[in-house]
Amino acid sequence: MEFFLVTLLNSLSYGLLLFMLSSGLTLIFSMMGVLNFAHASFYMLGAYFAFQTSQAIGFWPALVVAPIAVAALGAITERYGLRTVHKYGHVAELLFTFGLAYIIEEIVHLIWGRAPVEYKIPAVLDFSAFSIFSTQYPAYRVFMMLVSVGMLIALYFALTRTRIGLIIQASLTHPDMVESLGHNVPRVFMTVFAGGAALAGLAGVIGGNAFVTEPGMAASVGTIVFVVVVFGGMGSLAGAFVASLVIGAVQTFSVGFDYSLLNLFALLGIETSADSAWYDLWKVTISQAGPVLPYILMVLMLIFRPKGLMGTREG
Amino acid sequence: MAYQPPPLIHRKRLLTWGLTAAVLIVMPLIFKQSFALSMMSQMGIAIIFALSYNMLLGQTGMLSFGHAVYFGLGAFFSVHALNAVGAGNFHWPVTLLPLIGGVAGLFFGVIFGYVTTKHSGTPFAMISLGIAEMVAACSLMFPTFFGGEGGISTDRVVGNAVMGITFGPSIQVYYLIAGWCFVCMVAMYALTQTPLGRMANAVRDNAERARFVGYNPTHVRYMMLMLSSFFAGIAGALAAINYELVTAENVGVVASGNVLLMSFIGGIGHFFGPIIGAMLVTFIQSALSNYTLAWLLYFGLFFLVMILFAPGGIASLITLHKPAWEVAQVRKLVPSYIVAGLAGAVLLVGVISLIEMIYQVETKAEQSGTEMSLFGIGFDAATVMPWVVSVCILFVGALLLWMASRYVRSSWTQVAAVINARRSA
Repeated sequence: MEFFLVTLLNSLSYGLLLFMLSSGLTLIFSMMGVLNFAHASFYMLGAYFAFQTSQAIGFWPALVVAPIAVAALGAITERYGLRTVHKYGHVAELLFTFGLAYIIEEIVHLIWGRAPVEYKIPAVLDFSAFSIFSTQYPAYRVFMMLVSVGMLIALYFALTRTRIGLIIQASLTHPDMVESLGHNVPRVFMTVFAGGAALAGLAGVIGGNAFVTEPGMAASVGTIVFVVVVFGGMGSLAGAFVASLVIGAVQTFSVGFDYSLLNLFALLGIETSADSAWYDLWKVTISQAGPVLPYILMVLMLIFRPKGLMGTREG
Repeated sequence: MAYQPPPLIHRKRLLTWGLTAAVLIVMPLIFKQSFALSMMSQMGIAIIFALSYNMLLGQTGMLSFGHAVYFGLGAFFSVHALNAVGAGNFHWPVTLLPLIGGVAGLFFGVIFGYVTTKHSGTPFAMISLGIAEMVAACSLMFPTFFGGEGGISTDRVVGNAVMGITFGPSIQVYYLIAGWCFVCMVAMYALTQTPLGRMANAVRDNAERARFVGYNPTHVRYMMLMLSSFFAGIAGALAAINYELVTAENVGVVASGNVLLMSFIGGIGHFFGPIIGAMLVTFIQSALSNYTLAWLLYFGLFFLVMILFAPGGIASLITLHKPAWEVAQVRKLVPSYIVAGLAGAVLLVGVISLIEMIYQVETKAEQSGTEMSLFGIGFDAATVMPWVVSVCILFVGALLLWMASRYVRSSWTQVAAVINARRSA
């Protein structure tokens, strides 16, 4: 019970972090039809910028400065990169973001080195918020959840209640009509791209110190975010939300289980030894299989429901 | 009138392939150093792999981020087969080992392709990435098959020597790779001329119309993916023979990205594009990595510049000049190209010195200090002067390149006028 509750809370905070990334990605995708490979790189840059700013002026300013810096980079990427390759089609756009992700990782190597940097949780938040049975639950995790939920609510109201949000929604489905009504649709695209990058940057600021800030973090989170977007249904924010929580839970819970099929065989009374056929397969524990589970879920989803959980279209 | 395919064998084509074969045979006689020989072997493997990748991206319009899965699994199956031959449990000539790799690649192409080819465009790209990640994650779960961190090593010298060929010396391995490379190139080229190859192009350009003609785009994509994974498996088996070691990196996402870069840089719109790309990228990777630790960054910047300014790759830059060549006007372009090349070189010097200085200060300063030398000039990167100079060079280079690009454009306008005049004449 204790294990279950603690893991549930951890998976919730991780899932919410995933949603901050996947919401930007899915918005950008449904608007431009481009899957942004560099999205997780913006997450990484957010973490590194926050590390640098928090060393200079502290964590709280970094919480604001780093996402804004990442948003500016996102705006530049859209304006001078994606818009230039747009005329060559979606493949070129996809490859552009792919190359960008590659370069950002190399630049991070260049500036901050290959080893993880010491981006620490601020001292103010470094205490335990409450205890579940005998486990002390860290306050920073609670803070992460609060920031994510705050962002979620802000995003919801920005998209449904503000003028710019309504224009964004209209541009998703009827870009030509919005343009004829006198709105600058390319600028809306740039705003969405920058906004998505800012969300990713903010996720980096709060996630970088909870996990680890290293050059490999973009690649490890990036593919998981893709899985979330496909699983939830491309272009669906609600789907991305559910998928983030599900994938977050799958990843967090699987780490804790040390059972393999051998245990099941033992329960059923089937004798196994190292010489049995396929022994390698049977002895894999759930925690070992953990990294594969999200991808298996994704492939299963694609076989049985290609639209994804709540998607409305197939690519 | 019914479509008449061009005859498969005619003089011009025989000449091209004859020359290719001659080059493959003669190259190791000219470049005898072991470094050159191993690089050429790598190039041969890369050419097969990149061409097989282009069957998907260039010919069928399927952007795959997981093609190394078939390459790597082909490599793993052939390495196990080779080990079994070595242990005497299995009899198979090493020369035909790539067939085992190819069949293994084909087998996984049949399985994974069934799932992935139901989609096209972005969903296909993402599923291929997902499958690549899945296989990469699996490779650490099953150490008996994938060899864990260390990989599976082997010995290619097995069985009795046939006519003195043991595959011990690297020159014999080169000729094995060159032979397979030639056969695969011919086979993949021939495939582009078949109805299947043509329908693949139709599916790429407009899947809906292809459906109206009576072909199922899903089937065409599935067929192309299976065939392409067969060739990727052959390349994987050759890599297993060449390196005598297969690791989990071979199925990894980085390897998949690499083949994508090769094909794209070479040019996906032409059959020979990936061949150029494979040779160039292999050369850059082995040559540049000796000089600078930041070579991946240069490589990435090169890729980005290609996408922004030459999305058709090097092959399209070459074919762009065909009309000018036909009217003997290329010489009019040469002066502007030389000027642009010099301006580009200035810009490149600025970029390189800035990157190398950042690298020295940020990463290498702790071990070797901030003293460094670049282009034969020694200086201290901690002082202001080199930075000012580099930034100046960068700006001057950018300005020069901008001016040179106008010169190139005006030369092209003149040449285009001549071409148009000839055409209408």
